[in-house]
Amino acid sequence: MMPIILFYIFAVILLLSAVMVVISRNSVHAALFLVLAFCNASGLFLIAGAEFLAILLIAIYAGAVMILFLFIVMTMQTNLVQLKEGMQHYLPVGFCIAIVLVVELIIVAINWHIDPNVAEAARQPLLQNMSNTKALGSLIYTNYIFLFQMAGLVLLVAMIGAIVLTLRKRPTNRRQVVARQHMREPNQTLEMRSVELNKGVDDLGGYLRPKETYYGIAQEDSFGPKPGDKMDITEKRQEREQSK
Amino acid sequence: MNILNTVGLAPYLIVSGLLFTIGLFGIFASRKNLIVILMSIELMLLSANLNLIAFSSALENLTGQVLVMFTLTVAAAESAIGLAIVMVYYRNRHSVEVQDATMMKG
Amino acid sequence: MAPITSSLFAISVFAPLGGFLIAGLLGRVLGDNFAKFIAILGMLIAVVFSWCVLGNMLHSGISSTIVPLFDWIHAGSFNVSWYLRMDMLSVSMLTMVTSVSLLVHIYSIGYMSHETMPTYRFFAYLSLFTFSMLMLITSDNLIELFFGWEAVGLSSYLLIGYWYTRPSAVAAAIKAFVVNRIADLFFLIGICVLFILSGSVFYDDIFHKIPELANTQYHLFSYGFQAYEFIALLLFIGAMGKSAQLFLHVWLPDAMEGPTPVSALIHAATMVTAGIFLMARMSPLVEFAPHVKMFIVIMGATTAFFAGTVALAQPDIKKSIAYSTCSQLGYMFVAVGVGAYQVAMFHLTTHAFFKALLFLGAGSVIHALHDEQNMFKMGGLSKKLPATCLLMWIGCLALGGIFPFAGYWSKDAILEAAWMSGSTVGYYAWIMTAITAFLTAFYSWRILFLVFHGKPRDQKIYDHAHESSFVMTLPMCVLATGATIGGFTLAPYYIGKYQLAFWNDSIFNAPTNHIMTLMHHAPYLIAKAPLALGILGIIVAFICYIAAPRIPVIMASGLKGIYQFLLNAWYFDKLYDFIFVRPYIALSKILWKVGDQEIVEGMPVAVARITDRSAKGISWIQNGSFAFYAFTMAIGLVVVLATFLIYH
Repeated sequence: MMPIILFYIFAVILLLSAVMVVISRNSVHAALFLVLAFCNASGLFLIAGAEFLAILLIAIYAGAVMILFLFIVMTMQTNLVQLKEGMQHYLPVGFCIAIVLVVELIIVAINWHIDPNVAEAARQPLLQNMSNTKALGSLIYTNYIFLFQMAGLVLLVAMIGAIVLTLRKRPTNRRQVVARQHMREPNQTLEMRSVELNKGVDDLGGYLRPKETYYGIAQEDSFGPKPGDKMDITEKRQEREQSK
Repeated sequence: MNILNTVGLAPYLIVSGLLFTIGLFGIFASRKNLIVILMSIELMLLSANLNLIAFSSALENLTGQVLVMFTLTVAAAESAIGLAIVMVYYRNRHSVEVQDATMMKG
Repeated sequence: MAPITSSLFAISVFAPLGGFLIAGLLGRVLGDNFAKFIAILGMLIAVVFSWCVLGNMLHSGISSTIVPLFDWIHAGSFNVSWYLRMDMLSVSMLTMVTSVSLLVHIYSIGYMSHETMPTYRFFAYLSLFTFSMLMLITSDNLIELFFGWEAVGLSSYLLIGYWYTRPSAVAAAIKAFVVNRIADLFFLIGICVLFILSGSVFYDDIFHKIPELANTQYHLFSYGFQAYEFIALLLFIGAMGKSAQLFLHVWLPDAMEGPTPVSALIHAATMVTAGIFLMARMSPLVEFAPHVKMFIVIMGATTAFFAGTVALAQPDIKKSIAYSTCSQLGYMFVAVGVGAYQVAMFHLTTHAFFKALLFLGAGSVIHALHDEQNMFKMGGLSKKLPATCLLMWIGCLALGGIFPFAGYWSKDAILEAAWMSGSTVGYYAWIMTAITAFLTAFYSWRILFLVFHGKPRDQKIYDHAHESSFVMTLPMCVLATGATIGGFTLAPYYIGKYQLAFWNDSIFNAPTNHIMTLMHHAPYLIAKAPLALGILGIIVAFICYIAAPRIPVIMASGLKGIYQFLLNAWYFDKLYDFIFVRPYIALSKILWKVGDQEIVEGMPVAVARITDRSAKGISWIQNGSFAFYAFTMAIGLVVVLATFLIYH
């Protein structure tokens, strides 16, 4: 009885928070409701016996993905930008479709039968006797090792892709040019100053720094953006606002 | 622990279907906000995961749970890339409105 | 002995090819005279070697020998090889073809001397023509034979259209090619059916299987035919095309557009004889098709009569002789049809001599008169061209079947064979060919009297006439010798007492076919009737064209309908024009205007237009809004689910 009650509690909270994700105007609220939804979903996972995945869901979504969402939302300050009012004009149609889809899915769900023979054939009794985490491990590292490796690669690609997409090339970025570093000699980059006693570096015009500026190198090598390039719309906008 | 002994399969499937529909609806109702659309997609993936877990439990077959792990991996990658795209989009257009994303034609 | 003989045989076949390749490809480099020399040298080698082979064959009595050259096609059960077949049938043809061809080559030096363009091309074509024919007669399988068959068609096309600046020559060349192609289609189908039936295209394989397959049925459009009847009919239609039998003869008179030596070659040796040769070669098969043999007799006799009548009214000397060829080929088919293939081959050989002679003589006359071919502008030329006149007389005596010239022996044999076959069609053939013997003599002496005797009709042409040079008269003398003595020297070998040893099983006569012995027992009157009719023809011609020249004029004006009918060759050209050419042109025009311009060209244009319009119509779907795309996807999902629910 207890699992049933818990199931319904979790399910109702899950669905409600999902609805809130969709309808809340504030993106930060939406993200937080999403966290709630995932937490409840992990409760449902627990009831179904998937303990490891329940923890994993909370760790990944509540821990990582949600932080990412909040980070982006807050970076973009969309909560400060007043979102335009008014529904999209396909909303009524979308609502009808959603109703139809729900009805169809429920019909499918209710009419679902599992063939006893299939159920018997699919059972893995040996794995049922050990703990869920151990059982998953014994599958992942044996039968699904290649898929597991592929999943790792997917994550790697996603990481690189995200970096490449968001990497900004600004004129002020300092970048390493390995060839240049190797060809450089100390007297090109460093100069010796004799510092008088009781006087700081500030009196000498600041810290010791390379003789050549980054811009000069950039121009020589034609590597990366030229000085004075405006890379993104934000800076242009800021400039425009400043000029006003 | 077999859910057939406790809750039964159908409630899981119905909750999953409802969740999926909410996610789908969210894509249209998201008031032109790309981030909410990404969240809606996460919801839809979650509903798929819920389905997999339910069947895995009902059939006493762990393959479904393994699949959920991979789905989570892909979902995480997807959200990372998706957010990166949103980021770049926002930087270029200074907007996260869906209606403004009309550059997909030649 | 046999290996040397077969090597000589192979060299003899391929020497003209060498002459063609060197003269044709390098003629421009080597110079005109040297190219001619090479072509004639090739022919000379071929002639010498072929006579050696003939001598060896007669001497040693080698029966059919296969001379393997190399393999050609090996595809599944379909095998074709380049093998030459050396038996008396091919060797006798080889000797005859190379000899006549060599004489024509030599004659052409003189005949083509007035050409302004270099003539090495002409000699190369002549050699190619000869090689094609040799390939045809020495083939060991039907595909090889078909190769030679088509090559003959090609070279005849090239030669008839040699003067390619004349539209009429080009048209005649195309006509010859197309008419032959129609017949070749039947021939090819015949080969295919034969291959399906016997599983091989080699003569030996086919002939071995013939007795066991004799009663096989072949089903076409759900009618069953006796297979050999069907095949023999198809092969005969092919032969009709090449040998210019009735209905497929229309190309032959037009082929006169080519230079006269070409006509001599086509009519005597290389082309029209191919059909007769095919029938003789396939004699083991034809013997099992009695109905087709009857059909062959009827076609042959009718063609002989038809062409004889048409030759009466032609004013053009070459056309008159051309129809004469058509008529003589009809004789040969009569002999084939009654089962006397040896007689057909005999007449083929003697005819080669005297017809080549007649054409070369006609060429000599035309050459002397500076390309005048109308006989009604000639006359009295015996004083100007005594040698040509004498030689033409010999040719006509042979053609008319006057004792002891060559034609007498072979033509009489055909008539006797036709009579002694004893069937209704045999009697029909006898009557038709006997009438034709009269007609033959009549039109032959009509030519002689019109050209060489009487008074000159056109003084200007007469004054400019001159006797031909020695290179032209020499080949004619050789041929005249053949036409004079060819009959009684060859008769014992071809049809007489040595025939079994001579042919040595290369021609097959069914066990029930005794025509070769029966024909020597023809009744006296029947045997002598053709000679009498021939002499009668000469007398009538003399009366009409020398004694009382007004008779033909009165007859032509009095029987204008018949005269026009004969002059236009029974209106076959008009008939074909009406039945085939005009509907074909109309159909072509429809296909051009409607099929090509409207449909073939219209389709892409319409497709482009439809694509353009529909693209404009539905391009709003590609509005670039991803919300819309996602929405569409969702609708798709719902539809798929609904479909699943409904049909599950």
